[in-house]
Amino acid sequence: MSTTEEKVKAPKEPLFSKKNKRLITDPLSDNNPITIQVLGICSALAITVQVEQAFWMSVSVIFVMVFGNLIVSLLRNLIPSRVRIIVQLVIVASLVIIVNECLQAFVPDVSEKLSVFVGLIITNCIIMGRFEAFAMSNKPFPSILDAVGNAIGYAWILVLVALIREVFGSGKIWGAAIFGNNLPGEESGLYALGYVNNNMMILPPMALIVVGVIIWIQRTRNKDLVEEH
Amino acid sequence: MKVNKDGNGYTFAFSIILVIVVGVILSSLSIGLKPLKKANVEVKKKMSILSALGVESTRKDGSDKYEKYIKDSYVISHNGVLQENLPEEKQAFSLDVQKQFRDKTIKVEDRLYPIFEAEKDGTTLFVLPVVGKGLWGPIWGFVALADDYETIVGTSFDHKGETPGLGAEIAQSFFEDRYIDEKIAINGSFTPISVVQNGSGFEDQKVDGITGGTITSKGVEKMVNETMEVYYKYFSKNK
Repeated sequence: MSTTEEKVKAPKEPLFSKKNKRLITDPLSDNNPITIQVLGICSALAITVQVEQAFWMSVSVIFVMVFGNLIVSLLRNLIPSRVRIIVQLVIVASLVIIVNECLQAFVPDVSEKLSVFVGLIITNCIIMGRFEAFAMSNKPFPSILDAVGNAIGYAWILVLVALIREVFGSGKIWGAAIFGNNLPGEESGLYALGYVNNNMMILPPMALIVVGVIIWIQRTRNKDLVEEH
Repeated sequence: MKVNKDGNGYTFAFSIILVIVVGVILSSLSIGLKPLKKANVEVKKKMSILSALGVESTRKDGSDKYEKYIKDSYVISHNGVLQENLPEEKQAFSLDVQKQFRDKTIKVEDRLYPIFEAEKDGTTLFVLPVVGKGLWGPIWGFVALADDYETIVGTSFDHKGETPGLGAEIAQSFFEDRYIDEKIAINGSFTPISVVQNGSGFEDQKVDGITGGTITSKGVEKMVNETMEVYYKYFSKNK
Protein backbone atom coordinates (compact mmCIF):
# COMPACT_ATOMS: atom_id res chain seq x y z
CA MET A 1 0.00 0.00 0.00
CA SER A 2 2.46 2.55 1.19
CA THR A 3 4.88 1.87 -1.62
CA THR A 4 2.36 2.60 -4.34
CA GLU A 5 1.36 5.76 -2.55
CA GLU A 6 4.93 7.00 -2.51
CA LYS A 7 5.30 6.31 -6.19
CA VAL A 8 2.32 8.47 -6.95
CA LYS A 9 3.52 11.23 -4.66
CA ALA A 10 7.00 11.53 -6.10
CA PRO A 11 7.20 11.06 -9.86
CA LYS A 12 10.88 10.66 -10.62
CA GLU A 13 12.44 13.82 -11.89
CA PRO A 14 14.70 13.38 -14.93
CA LEU A 15 18.39 13.80 -14.07
CA PHE A 16 18.80 16.90 -16.19
CA SER A 17 15.36 18.43 -16.03
CA LYS A 18 14.80 22.02 -17.06
CA LYS A 19 14.96 23.06 -13.42
CA ASN A 20 18.25 21.26 -12.89
CA LYS A 21 19.79 22.71 -16.02
CA ARG A 22 18.92 26.19 -14.86
CA LEU A 23 20.83 25.51 -11.64
CA ILE A 24 23.98 25.35 -13.74
CA THR A 25 23.26 27.96 -16.39
CA ASP A 26 21.80 30.74 -14.22
CA PRO A 27 24.93 31.45 -12.18
CA LEU A 28 27.02 31.58 -15.36
CA SER A 29 25.37 34.78 -16.55
CA ASP A 30 22.04 36.13 -15.27
CA ASN A 31 22.71 35.27 -11.64
CA ASN A 32 26.50 35.33 -11.63
CA PRO A 33 27.91 35.33 -8.09
CA ILE A 34 30.50 38.01 -8.86
CA THR A 35 28.85 40.35 -11.35
CA ILE A 36 25.24 40.15 -10.18
CA GLN A 37 25.35 39.11 -6.53
CA VAL A 38 28.71 40.87 -6.05
CA LEU A 39 30.02 38.14 -3.75
CA GLY A 40 33.59 36.84 -3.56
CA ILE A 41 34.92 40.16 -4.81
CA CYS A 42 37.93 40.16 -2.47
CA SER A 43 39.58 37.19 -4.12
CA ALA A 44 38.61 38.47 -7.56
CA LEU A 45 40.68 41.56 -6.85
CA ALA A 46 43.58 39.86 -5.12
CA ILE A 47 44.64 36.98 -7.32
CA THR A 48 43.77 38.05 -10.84
CA VAL A 49 47.21 39.42 -11.73
CA GLN A 50 48.15 36.20 -13.52
CA VAL A 51 45.98 33.64 -15.31
CA GLU A 52 47.80 30.73 -13.69
CA GLN A 53 46.95 31.88 -10.17
CA ALA A 54 43.36 32.60 -11.11
CA PHE A 55 43.07 29.15 -12.68
CA TRP A 56 44.35 27.30 -9.62
CA MET A 57 42.22 29.46 -7.34
CA SER A 58 39.20 28.55 -9.46
CA VAL A 59 40.03 24.84 -9.33
CA SER A 60 40.33 25.05 -5.55
CA VAL A 61 37.03 26.89 -5.21
CA ILE A 62 35.24 24.41 -7.52
CA PHE A 63 36.52 21.51 -5.41
CA VAL A 64 35.57 23.10 -2.08
CA MET A 65 32.19 24.20 -3.40
CA VAL A 66 31.11 20.88 -4.96
CA PHE A 67 32.15 18.70 -2.04
CA GLY A 68 30.95 21.25 0.50
CA ASN A 69 27.51 21.52 -1.06
CA LEU A 70 27.32 17.72 -1.35
CA ILE A 71 28.29 17.13 2.28
CA VAL A 72 26.00 19.84 3.64
CA SER A 73 23.15 18.51 1.54
CA LEU A 74 23.70 14.93 2.75
CA LEU A 75 23.77 16.10 6.35
CA ARG A 76 20.99 18.66 5.98
CA ASN A 77 18.48 16.68 8.04
CA LEU A 78 21.03 15.86 10.73
CA ILE A 79 22.62 19.28 11.29
CA PRO A 80 21.18 20.87 14.46
CA SER A 81 19.72 24.17 13.33
CA ARG A 82 21.17 26.17 16.21
CA VAL A 83 24.77 25.41 15.25
CA ARG A 84 24.30 25.07 11.50
CA ILE A 85 26.53 28.02 10.56
CA ILE A 86 29.36 26.66 12.70
CA VAL A 87 28.93 23.21 11.18
CA GLN A 88 29.06 24.74 7.68
CA LEU A 89 32.21 26.64 8.64
CA VAL A 90 33.86 23.46 9.91
CA ILE A 91 33.07 21.76 6.60
CA VAL A 92 34.45 24.62 4.46
CA ALA A 93 37.52 24.96 6.66
CA SER A 94 38.30 21.24 6.49
CA LEU A 95 37.92 21.14 2.71
CA VAL A 96 40.15 24.19 2.34
CA ILE A 97 42.83 22.58 4.53
CA ILE A 98 42.64 19.46 2.34
CA VAL A 99 43.11 21.62 -0.78
CA ASN A 100 46.00 23.50 0.82
CA GLU A 101 47.77 20.30 1.89
CA CYS A 102 47.39 18.81 -1.59
CA LEU A 103 48.70 21.98 -3.27
CA GLN A 104 51.72 22.03 -0.95
CA ALA A 105 52.48 18.40 -1.65
CA PHE A 106 51.82 18.17 -5.39
CA VAL A 107 52.10 21.68 -6.90
CA PRO A 108 54.37 23.55 -4.45
CA ASP A 109 55.02 26.45 -6.84
CA VAL A 110 51.32 27.18 -7.14
CA SER A 111 50.93 26.87 -3.39
CA GLU A 112 53.66 29.49 -2.92
CA LYS A 113 52.01 31.87 -5.35
CA LEU A 114 48.54 31.56 -3.86
CA SER A 115 49.98 31.63 -0.32
CA VAL A 116 47.38 33.01 2.07
CA PHE A 117 44.60 33.23 -0.49
CA VAL A 118 43.88 29.49 -0.35
CA GLY A 119 43.16 29.87 3.35
CA LEU A 120 40.91 32.79 2.58
CA ILE A 121 38.61 30.56 0.49
CA ILE A 122 37.03 29.82 3.88
CA THR A 123 35.75 33.38 4.01
CA ASN A 124 34.53 33.41 0.38
CA CYS A 125 30.94 34.52 0.77
CA ILE A 126 29.79 32.55 -2.29
CA ILE A 127 30.53 29.25 -0.58
CA MET A 128 28.82 29.96 2.73
CA GLY A 129 26.01 31.58 0.79
CA ARG A 130 25.32 28.48 -1.31
CA PHE A 131 25.55 26.16 1.73
CA GLU A 132 23.01 28.18 3.65
CA ALA A 133 20.72 29.21 0.80
CA PHE A 134 20.71 26.03 -1.27
CA ALA A 135 22.37 22.91 0.11
CA MET A 136 20.62 23.12 3.51
CA SER A 137 17.24 22.72 1.85
CA ASN A 138 17.87 20.66 -1.30
CA LYS A 139 18.76 17.12 -2.27
CA PRO A 140 22.38 16.13 -2.99
CA PHE A 141 22.18 16.02 -6.80
CA PRO A 142 20.67 19.48 -7.34
CA SER A 143 23.14 20.76 -4.72
CA ILE A 144 26.07 19.48 -6.76
CA LEU A 145 24.67 21.14 -9.89
CA ASP A 146 24.15 24.37 -7.99
CA ALA A 147 27.74 24.21 -6.72
CA VAL A 148 29.16 23.51 -10.17
CA GLY A 149 27.16 26.38 -11.65
CA ASN A 150 28.15 28.93 -9.05
CA ALA A 151 31.78 27.84 -8.89
CA ILE A 152 32.17 28.02 -12.66
CA GLY A 153 30.29 31.31 -12.71
CA TYR A 154 32.94 32.56 -10.27
CA ALA A 155 35.79 30.87 -12.14
CA TRP A 156 35.14 32.25 -15.60
CA ILE A 157 34.94 35.84 -14.39
CA LEU A 158 38.14 35.30 -12.39
CA VAL A 159 40.03 33.88 -15.36
CA LEU A 160 38.69 36.54 -17.72
CA VAL A 161 39.75 39.37 -15.41
CA ALA A 162 43.15 37.72 -14.93
CA LEU A 163 43.56 37.33 -18.69
CA ILE A 164 42.86 41.01 -19.31
CA ARG A 165 45.17 42.09 -16.50
CA GLU A 166 48.02 39.76 -17.45
CA VAL A 167 47.91 40.62 -21.15
CA PHE A 168 47.85 44.40 -20.67
CA GLY A 169 49.76 44.52 -17.39
CA SER A 170 52.66 42.18 -18.09
CA GLY A 171 52.27 41.33 -21.80
CA LYS A 172 52.00 37.64 -21.02
CA ILE A 173 49.51 34.77 -21.02
CA TRP A 174 50.11 32.04 -18.44
CA GLY A 175 53.65 33.42 -17.97
CA ALA A 176 54.53 33.22 -21.69
CA ALA A 177 55.45 36.54 -23.34
CA ILE A 178 53.15 37.38 -26.26
CA PHE A 179 54.36 40.82 -27.30
CA GLY A 180 58.08 40.00 -27.34
CA ASN A 181 60.91 40.66 -24.93
CA ASN A 182 60.78 43.80 -22.79
CA LEU A 183 64.09 43.49 -20.91
CA PRO A 184 65.79 46.89 -20.95
CA GLY A 185 68.39 46.99 -23.71
CA GLU A 186 67.19 43.90 -25.56
CA GLU A 187 63.63 44.76 -26.54
CA SER A 188 62.02 42.80 -29.33
CA GLY A 189 58.59 42.47 -30.92
CA LEU A 190 56.09 45.18 -29.99
CA TYR A 191 58.38 46.56 -27.30
CA ALA A 192 60.98 47.44 -29.94
CA LEU A 193 58.28 49.64 -31.55
CA GLY A 194 57.80 51.54 -28.32
CA TYR A 195 54.93 49.60 -26.72
CA VAL A 196 54.89 49.81 -22.93
CA ASN A 197 53.04 47.56 -20.47
CA ASN A 198 50.34 49.29 -18.46
CA ASN A 199 51.65 48.88 -14.93
CA MET A 200 48.38 50.11 -13.49
CA MET A 201 46.74 46.85 -14.65
CA ILE A 202 48.78 44.99 -12.05
CA LEU A 203 47.44 47.11 -9.20
CA PRO A 204 44.29 45.91 -7.35
CA PRO A 205 42.10 48.94 -8.29
CA MET A 206 42.23 47.90 -11.96
CA ALA A 207 40.66 44.56 -11.06
CA LEU A 208 37.71 46.44 -9.65
CA ILE A 209 37.47 48.57 -12.79
CA VAL A 210 37.70 45.49 -15.06
CA VAL A 211 34.95 43.75 -13.06
CA GLY A 212 32.94 46.98 -13.33
CA VAL A 213 33.31 47.01 -17.10
CA ILE A 214 32.16 43.37 -17.29
CA ILE A 215 29.10 44.24 -15.18
CA TRP A 216 28.41 47.21 -17.46
CA ILE A 217 28.61 45.09 -20.63
CA GLN A 218 26.42 42.41 -19.07
CA ARG A 219 23.70 44.90 -18.04
CA THR A 220 23.76 46.66 -21.37
CA ARG A 221 23.05 43.36 -23.09
CA ASN A 222 20.32 42.31 -20.65
CA LYS A 223 18.20 45.22 -19.41
CA ASP A 224 16.30 42.94 -16.98
CA LEU A 225 19.37 42.91 -14.77
CA VAL A 226 19.31 46.65 -14.16
CA GLU A 227 17.85 47.33 -10.72
CA GLU A 228 15.12 49.94 -10.40
CA HIS A 229 15.68 52.75 -7.98
CA MET B 1 13.24 6.25 18.99
CA LYS B 2 12.53 9.85 18.22
CA VAL B 3 15.53 12.16 18.70
CA ASN B 4 14.92 15.76 19.65
CA LYS B 5 17.13 17.58 17.17
CA ASP B 6 16.77 20.91 18.94
CA GLY B 7 17.89 19.53 22.29
CA ASN B 8 21.24 20.30 23.85
CA GLY B 9 22.21 16.63 23.98
CA TYR B 10 21.81 16.15 20.24
CA THR B 11 23.63 19.40 19.41
CA PHE B 12 26.59 18.45 21.61
CA ALA B 13 26.72 14.87 20.32
CA PHE B 14 26.61 16.05 16.71
CA SER B 15 29.34 18.60 17.28
CA ILE B 16 31.61 16.14 19.07
CA ILE B 17 31.24 13.48 16.38
CA LEU B 18 31.80 16.05 13.62
CA VAL B 19 34.98 17.35 15.21
CA ILE B 20 36.37 13.85 15.78
CA VAL B 21 35.67 12.79 12.19
CA VAL B 22 37.14 15.97 10.73
CA GLY B 23 40.15 15.77 13.05
CA VAL B 24 40.95 12.19 12.06
CA ILE B 25 40.62 12.94 8.32
CA LEU B 26 42.79 16.06 8.44
CA SER B 27 45.52 14.66 10.66
CA SER B 28 45.87 11.45 8.64
CA LEU B 29 46.05 13.51 5.42
CA SER B 30 48.69 15.75 6.94
CA ILE B 31 50.79 12.80 8.10
CA GLY B 32 50.34 11.00 4.79
CA LEU B 33 51.55 13.95 2.74
CA LYS B 34 54.41 14.88 5.09
CA PRO B 35 57.23 13.14 3.15
CA LEU B 36 56.20 14.90 -0.08
CA LYS B 37 55.98 18.29 1.59
CA LYS B 38 59.35 17.76 3.29
CA ALA B 39 60.98 16.91 -0.03
CA ASN B 40 59.51 20.07 -1.58
CA VAL B 41 60.88 22.21 1.24
CA GLU B 42 64.34 20.65 0.84
CA VAL B 43 64.45 21.27 -2.91
CA LYS B 44 63.31 24.83 -2.31
CA LYS B 45 66.20 25.33 0.13
CA LYS B 46 68.67 23.98 -2.42
CA MET B 47 67.21 26.31 -5.05
CA SER B 48 67.66 29.30 -2.71
CA ILE B 49 71.29 28.36 -2.04
CA LEU B 50 71.91 28.04 -5.79
CA SER B 51 70.12 31.32 -6.43
CA ALA B 52 72.53 33.16 -4.08
CA LEU B 53 75.33 31.70 -6.21
CA GLY B 54 73.68 33.10 -9.31
CA VAL B 55 72.71 29.65 -10.59
CA GLU B 56 69.17 29.30 -11.95
CA SER B 57 67.47 26.03 -11.09
CA THR B 58 64.04 24.45 -11.19
CA ARG B 59 62.38 21.99 -8.85
CA LYS B 60 63.38 19.22 -11.22
CA ASP B 61 67.11 19.88 -11.50
CA GLY B 62 67.56 21.64 -8.12
CA SER B 63 68.97 18.58 -6.35
CA ASP B 64 71.34 17.63 -9.19
CA LYS B 65 72.72 21.13 -9.53
CA TYR B 66 73.14 21.34 -5.77
CA GLU B 67 75.28 18.19 -5.87
CA LYS B 68 77.26 19.68 -8.74
CA TYR B 69 78.09 23.07 -7.20
CA ILE B 70 78.17 22.52 -3.44
CA LYS B 71 81.41 20.75 -2.57
CA ASP B 72 81.45 20.90 1.21
CA SER B 73 79.39 22.13 4.14
CA TYR B 74 80.18 22.59 7.79
CA VAL B 75 78.90 24.38 10.89
CA ILE B 76 80.49 27.06 13.07
CA SER B 77 79.53 28.40 16.50
CA HIS B 78 78.57 31.95 17.43
CA ASN B 79 82.21 32.62 18.31
CA GLY B 80 83.38 31.52 14.89
CA VAL B 81 84.75 28.12 15.92
CA LEU B 82 84.34 25.14 13.61
CA GLN B 83 82.03 22.53 15.16
CA GLU B 84 82.69 18.83 14.69
CA ASN B 85 80.87 15.60 15.48
CA LEU B 86 77.43 17.19 15.43
CA PRO B 87 74.29 15.02 15.50
CA GLU B 88 72.41 14.48 12.25
CA GLU B 89 69.80 17.21 12.79
CA LYS B 90 72.52 19.81 13.37
CA GLN B 91 74.49 19.10 10.19
CA ALA B 92 74.80 22.07 7.83
CA PHE B 93 71.90 21.21 5.52
CA SER B 94 69.44 19.78 8.02
CA LEU B 95 70.03 22.48 10.63
CA ASP B 96 66.88 24.62 10.74
CA VAL B 97 68.33 28.11 11.30
CA GLN B 98 64.86 29.67 11.25
CA LYS B 99 63.65 27.43 14.05
CA GLN B 100 66.84 28.13 15.97
CA PHE B 101 66.24 31.87 15.54
CA ARG B 102 62.65 31.58 16.78
CA ASP B 103 63.44 29.30 19.71
CA LYS B 104 63.76 31.56 22.75
CA THR B 105 65.23 28.74 24.84
CA ILE B 106 68.39 28.71 22.70
CA LYS B 107 70.73 31.51 23.77
CA VAL B 108 72.20 33.72 21.05
CA GLU B 109 75.69 32.48 21.95
CA ASP B 110 74.57 28.87 21.48
CA ARG B 111 73.28 29.34 17.93
CA LEU B 112 74.97 27.39 15.15
CA TYR B 113 75.84 28.81 11.73
CA PRO B 114 76.14 26.58 8.64
CA ILE B 115 78.53 27.33 5.77
CA PHE B 116 78.08 25.87 2.28
CA GLU B 117 81.26 25.82 0.26
CA ALA B 118 80.59 26.00 -3.48
CA GLU B 119 82.74 25.87 -6.56
CA LYS B 120 81.65 27.92 -9.54
CA ASP B 121 83.74 28.76 -12.62
CA GLY B 122 86.89 27.58 -10.85
CA THR B 123 86.58 29.82 -7.80
CA THR B 124 85.40 28.94 -4.32
CA LEU B 125 82.33 30.73 -2.98
CA PHE B 126 80.78 30.56 0.47
CA VAL B 127 77.00 30.50 0.84
CA LEU B 128 75.82 31.65 4.25
CA PRO B 129 72.23 31.44 5.52
CA VAL B 130 70.77 34.50 7.23
CA VAL B 131 67.59 34.82 9.33
CA GLY B 132 65.82 37.89 10.65
CA LYS B 133 62.56 39.66 11.27
CA GLY B 134 60.51 41.62 8.75
CA LEU B 135 57.41 43.64 9.47
CA TRP B 136 54.86 40.81 9.70
CA GLY B 137 56.96 37.73 10.21
CA PRO B 138 60.27 36.01 9.61
CA ILE B 139 62.54 36.83 6.68
CA TRP B 140 65.47 34.70 5.63
CA GLY B 141 67.88 34.11 2.82
CA PHE B 142 71.38 33.25 1.70
CA VAL B 143 74.41 35.45 1.08
CA ALA B 144 77.25 34.26 -1.16
CA LEU B 145 80.77 35.51 -0.41
CA ALA B 146 83.75 35.43 -2.79
CA ASP B 147 87.00 33.73 -1.88
CA ASP B 148 88.46 36.98 -0.51
CA TYR B 149 86.01 36.31 2.38
CA GLU B 150 84.57 39.83 2.21
CA THR B 151 82.92 40.61 -1.15
CA ILE B 152 79.27 39.66 -1.61
CA VAL B 153 78.71 38.02 -4.99
CA GLY B 154 75.01 37.29 -4.65
CA THR B 155 72.06 37.05 -2.29
CA SER B 156 68.63 35.50 -2.25
CA PHE B 157 65.99 36.60 0.22
CA ASP B 158 62.59 35.23 1.07
CA HIS B 159 59.85 36.02 3.54
CA LYS B 160 56.79 34.50 5.15
CA GLY B 161 54.17 37.21 4.78
CA GLU B 162 55.53 40.65 3.95
CA THR B 163 53.16 43.01 2.12
CA PRO B 164 53.03 42.21 -1.62
CA GLY B 165 54.40 45.10 -3.66
CA LEU B 166 56.12 46.65 -0.63
CA GLY B 167 58.13 44.57 1.83
CA ALA B 168 57.70 41.44 -0.28
CA GLU B 169 59.88 43.04 -2.97
CA ILE B 170 62.99 41.99 -0.99
CA ALA B 171 62.60 38.62 -2.68
CA GLN B 172 62.88 40.20 -6.16
CA SER B 173 66.18 40.05 -7.98
CA PHE B 174 66.39 43.85 -8.44
CA PHE B 175 66.71 44.22 -4.67
CA GLU B 176 68.87 41.14 -4.11
CA ASP B 177 71.33 42.33 -6.76
CA ARG B 178 71.90 45.62 -4.92
CA TYR B 179 74.02 43.70 -2.43
CA ILE B 180 76.41 42.47 -5.11
CA ASP B 181 79.97 43.84 -4.74
CA GLU B 182 79.32 45.26 -1.28
CA LYS B 183 81.98 44.27 1.26
CA ILE B 184 81.38 42.92 4.74
CA ALA B 185 84.89 43.87 5.86
CA ILE B 186 87.36 46.67 5.14
CA ASN B 187 91.05 46.35 5.96
CA GLY B 188 90.42 43.13 7.82
CA SER B 189 87.75 44.35 10.22
CA PHE B 190 84.01 43.74 9.98
CA THR B 191 82.08 46.70 8.54
CA PRO B 192 78.27 46.79 8.41
CA ILE B 193 76.35 47.47 5.19
CA SER B 194 73.51 49.93 5.74
CA VAL B 195 70.17 50.02 3.92
CA VAL B 196 69.47 53.67 3.13
CA GLN B 197 66.39 55.70 2.25
CA ASN B 198 67.98 58.70 0.57
CA GLY B 199 68.95 57.04 -2.70
CA SER B 200 72.67 57.00 -1.90
CA GLY B 201 72.86 53.24 -2.44
CA PHE B 202 75.54 53.66 -5.09
CA GLU B 203 78.07 54.58 -2.38
CA ASP B 204 80.23 51.92 -0.72
CA GLN B 205 78.68 50.00 2.19
CA LYS B 206 75.23 51.31 1.26
CA VAL B 207 72.21 49.62 -0.33
CA ASP B 208 68.99 51.36 -1.38
CA GLY B 209 65.96 50.22 0.59
CA ILE B 210 62.46 49.66 -0.78
CA THR B 211 60.00 52.55 -0.80
CA GLY B 212 57.06 51.69 1.44
CA GLY B 213 58.93 48.71 2.80
CA THR B 214 61.18 50.49 5.27
CA ILE B 215 60.72 48.15 8.20
CA THR B 216 61.32 45.08 6.04
CA SER B 217 64.37 46.72 4.42
CA LYS B 218 65.77 47.59 7.85
CA GLY B 219 65.07 44.00 8.86
CA VAL B 220 67.23 42.83 5.95
CA GLU B 221 69.98 45.23 7.03
CA LYS B 222 69.96 43.94 10.61
CA MET B 223 69.76 40.31 9.49
CA VAL B 224 72.70 40.57 7.08
CA ASN B 225 74.91 42.59 9.42
CA GLU B 226 74.34 40.51 12.54
CA THR B 227 74.93 37.24 10.76
CA MET B 228 77.87 38.39 8.64
CA GLU B 229 79.64 39.61 11.78
CA VAL B 230 79.56 36.07 13.17
CA TYR B 231 80.77 34.52 9.92
CA TYR B 232 83.54 37.08 9.58
CA LYS B 233 84.88 36.02 12.98
CA TYR B 234 85.42 32.57 11.49
CA PHE B 235 86.77 33.77 8.14
CA SER B 236 89.24 36.28 9.62
CA LYS B 237 90.73 33.50 11.74
CA ASN B 238 90.90 30.98 8.90
CA LYS B 239 92.00 33.06 5.92
